[in-house]
Amino acid sequence: MSSIGTGYDLSVTTFSPDGRVFQIEYAAKAVDNSGTVIGIKCKDGIVMGVEKLIASKMMLPGSNRRIHSVNRHSGMAVAGLAADGRQIVARAKAEATNYESVYGEPIPVKELAERVASYVHLCTLYWWLRPFGCGVILGGYDRDGPQLYMIEPSGISYRYFGAAIGKGKQAAKTEIEKLKLSEMTCREGLIEIAKIIYRVHDEAKDKAFELEMSWVCDESKRQHEKVPELLLEEAKAAARAALEEMDAD
Amino acid sequence: MDLNAAHSMGTTIIGVTYDGGVILGADSRTSTGLYVANRASDKITQLTDNVYVCRSGSAADSQIVSDYVRYFLHQHTIQLGQPATVKVAANLVRLISYNNKNMLETGLIVGGWDKYEGGKIYGIPLGGTIIEQPFAIGGSGSSYLYGFFDQAWREGMTKDEAEQLVVKAVSLAIARDGASGGVVRTVIINSEGVTRNFYPGDTLPRWHEELEPQNSLLDILNTSSPEPMSIQ
Repeated sequence: MSSIGTGYDLSVTTFSPDGRVFQIEYAAKAVDNSGTVIGIKCKDGIVMGVEKLIASKMMLPGSNRRIHSVNRHSGMAVAGLAADGRQIVARAKAEATNYESVYGEPIPVKELAERVASYVHLCTLYWWLRPFGCGVILGGYDRDGPQLYMIEPSGISYRYFGAAIGKGKQAAKTEIEKLKLSEMTCREGLIEIAKIIYRVHDEAKDKAFELEMSWVCDESKRQHEKVPELLLEEAKAAARAALEEMDAD
Repeated sequence: MDLNAAHSMGTTIIGVTYDGGVILGADSRTSTGLYVANRASDKITQLTDNVYVCRSGSAADSQIVSDYVRYFLHQHTIQLGQPATVKVAANLVRLISYNNKNMLETGLIVGGWDKYEGGKIYGIPLGGTIIEQPFAIGGSGSSYLYGFFDQAWREGMTKDEAEQLVVKAVSLAIARDGASGGVVRTVIINSEGVTRNFYPGDTLPRWHEELEPQNSLLDILNTSSPEPMSIQ
């Protein structure tokens, strides 16, 4: 599955004869090895969910935050190397604050995505920097409505209705495509995201995981926040029930 | 320059919102002391397709601030991919006004239309305060208009009502303020675009009566009219 660079993969400033930059592709592999991260755009907002694989039984639940608020109206879910992710979030926060202090209004989500992508791309241009080993799903709600962007280690950033990165991204994408997102509210979307994450979680390979979810929608007054405890438990219960139904078949 | 001397900002500038957009108005006198340096100046300057600014105070200072803001807004528009909002334009103006308050002497009124908020007026007086207002007045001539607007201003006027109000107000200020005069220029900004209008000085209402010409005041002694100053 993995192609060997044979000499063209030693530096991010080297192209291979067939036009690929291998270091960037290897960085993407780091993202593929992390727990699944999903984001969807519903008709009234964005919902994001993360499959947090638990490294040690001694970790407190709620630690190892994978979803961060960048601004009042937007948040980022990170997959891949956690430390790299923290750097990207810090940069995004700085960009958002800087924009607001110059232009006097909250940063439009499109502008934020472009700035973050530009920064991630920057780190693929110099031999003395390595690319970020993490992908980011950015969800926000501004005056143009809710928007969802995904930024890859290469610096590519596209806008999506639904996006998934990490281990179970293929399966997750298939499930997301089945959903009728334009008719779904965030409350319904919550349950769907939880179900998808539970479904794509591989019981055999990774034992325990914790579900972390956030949303930004009309119900949350257009502010990015952790999904309220009650709703989160409902979603988890529904997801577990759906799994059991599937297993029972 | 003697900073302690009283200096008048020879201008009357007005910005008014109406149901659907904004009207910006100004006189056209640029004065240096008692001399009218330019009797037909254009004090309403374009920042973007949809945002204009009325300038008062030091001509040089207000021009340089407008130039910088136009430059920043142009870049911002390219980056954003859509027209800038009035709020952003006004914020850029006030940042420059505030951060350089020791060196600048200019009061500005930013007005325009954008698809999110509609017509908006922002007053940015001397120190760099920014205040969003349904209408704003500025310049030396504005002193004479506070009471007028208290009485004459209404929410939700039509375009024609609002423009007539602006023209009337500027002409009233011109009548009383020596540092304001010339013509009245207006700029109307709404969803359909921008319209510039021009009202020559001789078409404006005079706000005073003229006496009949007299050859000599001694004539009154010989006529039967006992009150030469009465207005008939």
